[in-house]
Amino acid sequence: MTAFVVRRLFRLVVVCVGVSLVTFAILHASGDPVSLIMPEAPEADRAVLRQALGLHDPLIVQFARFVGRAAGGDFGNSFFHRTPAFGLVMERMPTTLTLTLLSMALAIVVALPVGIYGAVRRGRAVDQVATGAVFLGQSMPVFWTGIMLILLFSVQWRLLPVSGWDSWTSVVLPTLTLGAFTAPLLLRIVRSSMLEVIGLDYVRTARAKGVAEWLVIGRHALKNAALPLVTVTGLQFGLLLGGAVITETVFAIPGVGRLIVGAIRQLDFPVVQAGVFMLAMIVVSVNFTVDVLYVYLNPRIRLR
Amino acid sequence: MAVGSLPSATLAYADEVPRPATASRAWRKFARNPAALLGMLILLAVVGAAVAADWVAPHDPARQSLRRRFTPPVWAPGGSATYPLGTDQVGRDILSRIIHGARISLLVGVLAVVVSVLVGVTLGLVSGFVGGRLDTVIMTVVDITWSFPQLLLALAFVAALGPSLVTIVLVLGFTGWERYARVVRAEVLALREKDFIEAARAMGVGSARILLRHVLPNTFSSIVVLSTLQVAQAILQEAALSFLGVGSGRTYPTWGQMIALGRDFVSVAWWLATFPGLAILATVLAINLVGDRLRDALDPRT
Repeated sequence: MTAFVVRRLFRLVVVCVGVSLVTFAILHASGDPVSLIMPEAPEADRAVLRQALGLHDPLIVQFARFVGRAAGGDFGNSFFHRTPAFGLVMERMPTTLTLTLLSMALAIVVALPVGIYGAVRRGRAVDQVATGAVFLGQSMPVFWTGIMLILLFSVQWRLLPVSGWDSWTSVVLPTLTLGAFTAPLLLRIVRSSMLEVIGLDYVRTARAKGVAEWLVIGRHALKNAALPLVTVTGLQFGLLLGGAVITETVFAIPGVGRLIVGAIRQLDFPVVQAGVFMLAMIVVSVNFTVDVLYVYLNPRIRLR
Repeated sequence: MAVGSLPSATLAYADEVPRPATASRAWRKFARNPAALLGMLILLAVVGAAVAADWVAPHDPARQSLRRRFTPPVWAPGGSATYPLGTDQVGRDILSRIIHGARISLLVGVLAVVVSVLVGVTLGLVSGFVGGRLDTVIMTVVDITWSFPQLLLALAFVAALGPSLVTIVLVLGFTGWERYARVVRAEVLALREKDFIEAARAMGVGSARILLRHVLPNTFSSIVVLSTLQVAQAILQEAALSFLGVGSGRTYPTWGQMIALGRDFVSVAWWLATFPGLAILATVLAINLVGDRLRDALDPRT
């Protein structure tokens, strides 16, 4: 177990370096950062700035400096706001995480019972409708779902606000939108992992022993189906954050995603770097936790 | 599958692994499913529209007419049969723009997947066959690619490199290859020890030839299924990038960009965002239906 965690930790470090490398590359792929910071300055001033930013150093030195600073949360000042990019990102992080976790909760509340029921009554009406809904849900662009919800709930029925993040009413539509994006993914996993377990011998044994059906499903089967469920849910977290970025844009929610999209339009690269880096770090740590949890929770692997 | 054309492979194959579905058997299994056939029909219609956009579209997608702006669809009050799905804020015909938009969506979807397949399959083959340190390096890169929120990565790089069709294709291609590398590597590892590969090697066949003639054809059905489903994803991602304003440029209509415009006029004209979204939904759904059924049809175990 310890050896496994150490191996995983080592890989975590490697992945983090990789993430830094990609983030570092973003700025350099854009061409000359100096002309972005001071587009109309005379060449002499630019040279001074270039010297100050260390752009004359070899790339490897620049990269090492970038990693050193990023580890301490220093991504430089935003070109546009003139304040530390890291602060701008962290200010908005709680909003993005709230939106993501709320949608995840909504998706779980829908997907878990429907998926289990669909697996138990495979091929019946509920299962077929759910499978159809999964196909539909996975084929809908997130931003379009959001706009359609706005059309219905805000324009047609005037029940909920079109945008913002200031009252509980403004939270409803974004959560629904991102939830509708997440639920099909989860539903699919719940159904297939339950189906895999339900056919196994020990479930049949439990039934033969006369264990009540709801206990067989709720305790015996679900316990074993939960493992892949947790893993895959964790692995989908990156996808979910991507969805959050789009949802924030549709509903003008002041989160990290909208900040990044705005920063990209203004070519404000420190903010883009800080935002992309922090979101990637969240995904990386969620993946790591899920990996370790999987081994920890799975007695079959733990024993070895 | 192309296995039948490989004499050295077929002999050993019969008792090695479950016999892969032959093309005709796979097609019969595929065609038995009405949803997959419907998907196929929709897909053919979309491809046809994209190819023949210049002749099929009733109007020039770029022609503006301020007098006709915000014409509702034909069945709504004030609608006109000249513009079946209505017009946008500068009077351009929505239907024509959707038909032309199919070009970008399909082009980006297919080309991005071609890039992903080329990169992923090559790295997967090499990783699995060569093994050792190279394998570790490649699989670490796979891990890094996998840990990144794909959309964010694409967003940042399209912004940094400047939005263009080529950039989008490359960025989507280079962020989506890791699944092929994983699958192909796993299959190579499983196949590497099989007798027919051993036999080929004993006969003095070179590594490159073994990989291309004997290993690659066996990974074919997984690649077909994965790539079909990735086309659907790539279309959604291209639409998302266009929606976020880092699409393929402003000159040619794309579905995502049309929806972004529709967002701004959502309280004035519901049809602006609704119809391009339905076009995306129909196309992606069709591809998903076909891909899902392909997975079952090409699976030798069912």
